Amino acid sequence: MTRPAEALPTQEMLINMGPQHPSTHGVLRVILRTDGEVVVNARPDVGYLHRGLEKIGERVTYAQFMPFTDRLDYLAAMNCNCAWAWAVEKLAGIEVPERAEYIRVIVSELNRISSHLIAFGSFTADMGAFTPFLYSIREREVVNDLFEMLCGNRLTYNYARIGGVSADLPPGFLEKTKEFLDYFEPKIDEYNNLISYNKIFVHRLANVADISAKDAVAYGLTGPNLRGSGVKFDLRKDEPYSVYPKLEFDVCVGTGERGVLGDCFDRYMVRINEMRQSVRILRQAVAQIPEGPVMAKVPRLFKPAAGEVYFRSECPRGETGFYIISDGTTNPSRLKIRTGSFVTMNIFEKVTRGLMIADIVAVIGSFDIILPEIDR
Amino acid sequence: MEPQTLFDAVKAKFGEAALELQATGFRPAFVVVAPASIADVAIFLRDDPAMKFDSLMCLSGVDAKERFAVAYHLHSLPHNHQIGLKVFLPRENPSLPSVDAVWPAANFMERETFDLYGIVFEGSKDLRRILLPDDWEGHPLRKDYKYPESYHGVKL
Amino acid sequence: MSNDPARGGAAPAQAPAAPVGPDAQVMVGSADMFVNWARRSSLWYLLFATACCGIELMQTGASRYDLDRFGAVFRASPRQSDLLIVAGTITHKMAERIKRLYDQMPEPKFVLSMGSCANTGGPFYKDSYCVVKGVDLLIPVDVYVPGCPPRPEALIDGIIQLQKIIDKKRNFAKKV
Repeated sequence: MTRPAEALPTQEMLINMGPQHPSTHGVLRVILRTDGEVVVNARPDVGYLHRGLEKIGERVTYAQFMPFTDRLDYLAAMNCNCAWAWAVEKLAGIEVPERAEYIRVIVSELNRISSHLIAFGSFTADMGAFTPFLYSIREREVVNDLFEMLCGNRLTYNYARIGGVSADLPPGFLEKTKEFLDYFEPKIDEYNNLISYNKIFVHRLANVADISAKDAVAYGLTGPNLRGSGVKFDLRKDEPYSVYPKLEFDVCVGTGERGVLGDCFDRYMVRINEMRQSVRILRQAVAQIPEGPVMAKVPRLFKPAAGEVYFRSECPRGETGFYIISDGTTNPSRLKIRTGSFVTMNIFEKVTRGLMIADIVAVIGSFDIILPEIDR
Repeated sequence: MEPQTLFDAVKAKFGEAALELQATGFRPAFVVVAPASIADVAIFLRDDPAMKFDSLMCLSGVDAKERFAVAYHLHSLPHNHQIGLKVFLPRENPSLPSVDAVWPAANFMERETFDLYGIVFEGSKDLRRILLPDDWEGHPLRKDYKYPESYHGVKL
Repeated sequence: MSNDPARGGAAPAQAPAAPVGPDAQVMVGSADMFVNWARRSSLWYLLFATACCGIELMQTGASRYDLDRFGAVFRASPRQSDLLIVAGTITHKMAERIKRLYDQMPEPKFVLSMGSCANTGGPFYKDSYCVVKGVDLLIPVDVYVPGCPPRPEALIDGIIQLQKIIDKKRNFAKKV
């Protein structure tokens, strides 16, 4: 029996979600105004991890900023390392040896896989399925081992350098990478069998928080979140950098296969499919990588000419852009970091209106946000 | 589209409001416009069929020593081209019209610029501090910012 | 010594010549030892991560390193937790929250500071304007684990060090 709304007076309730909450992927705080179980308004409150990276960027030299890019997005530290190196090289006009570019692409794609694995694992854990999380960490540890072999660290690598990379690949690295790819590729099907098409899981995600392509572009979504809405835009293809033009891969977009186009399930599926494409890129890169030096000649006291440059590259959470203003000294005069997660949070309030409280967790997980990217 | 052509088009439409073109050493090039006309220029760049800058990549405040600047990086998905817009503001009471009605993406970035530079965006739908606590003093990314001694009794 | 910390402090270790194995009926030891043994063997930590170290914390708890072996499992609420692992940078905006989380935990509670940021402010010590230079400015810390981020092995070592600290606790001694 349904009663008319006015017959059942309800009171709006204010619920505080976070900053300590297991499903907010860090220290995100969401202030929920709810009517019963229905969200009237969900306002994100960010900044609990604001560390002032942009100010630090003005106070250290170009090379010294490299370790801080690790901490900009610690799940995809290699991608951020390389993005910073590419941005500064564009500013100073440095030619990088081809081998170094290939190495960067290899580590970037490996890191994209491991980052999407965490996205997959923590997302399914948020949805109440803990087992896939253990599966995803199992594979992620193998990537961590590869990176440890390369630069001695598991999470924050500081591997790229302005003009190349810090060290050549250790002996056996490419073979180990190939072994990993052979091991990993069938695992993606395993994930799909395990959870992706699980009925409960699909019901939690399909038709939830769908974003139209027009909205996605207007709100500045990038990366998998934009492609989840069916917009075929990938910086690796559309604004090619490094050696990506020499590598073949498909841009994965959402298809609305289980619900409307651009819902949480589409965004989730884009990430799963991107892992497959990364494997494809890696196979080609490992086969094509040439011999040669891995470092260009860059003066120790590095002073790029005055100028301004905006460089963006495709990171696992969307476009990471560096806007650098150089005044000809050793430090940037201004460094603006544009990250995918920060811009994505802007649309959060709009898409969560009218959802259930439990859906909020699905939306946060499907955006695959990470807090240091939001707060910097 | 060549930056010069684009600048000429803006100049033809807005006359004196289009101040200069920053091209050499700037990637992408910047069209510098008067602060008061930024919202109108933004609508023109978004809607003109030859421009179609439908996405705002990045909005940044800049402390250019004797004055402030706000830089907008635009990208067009249909044409796949880029351009920058720039506005210079005085150090005293810097303010300019908001563009969050043109590109909704601007809202968070404007809040961030307000938070870290103290630049006011008039007509913004929601202009509050975003990254720092509400009772934080000063705007940290200004070059003359002095680091505080303590905050709520905790030494800095 | 009745409660030798170096022995790992298992409660039945002091049992006299009573029958051992399934037939054992009686175990003898000090009450302190028994309480400490119970506490050290079920260190439930709060599922709380602020920054990079949180990922290593997650990986330590997951498949390969399996922190559950040490009786440490994560809880989502501070009211069920014994141990607060401060994993990552603490900013001034976050500082009050950390204090509140700590206050919400029931006694006895322990704090493990994981990584350089929580220890001292780490790489943000010099140039950042909003990072707290060490979580010990806010709450008392029992164990510091260095590293940026610490490896899972280092975190596990930190947990073992904390267990040793717990073994030395005197719960029933007269307060002076």
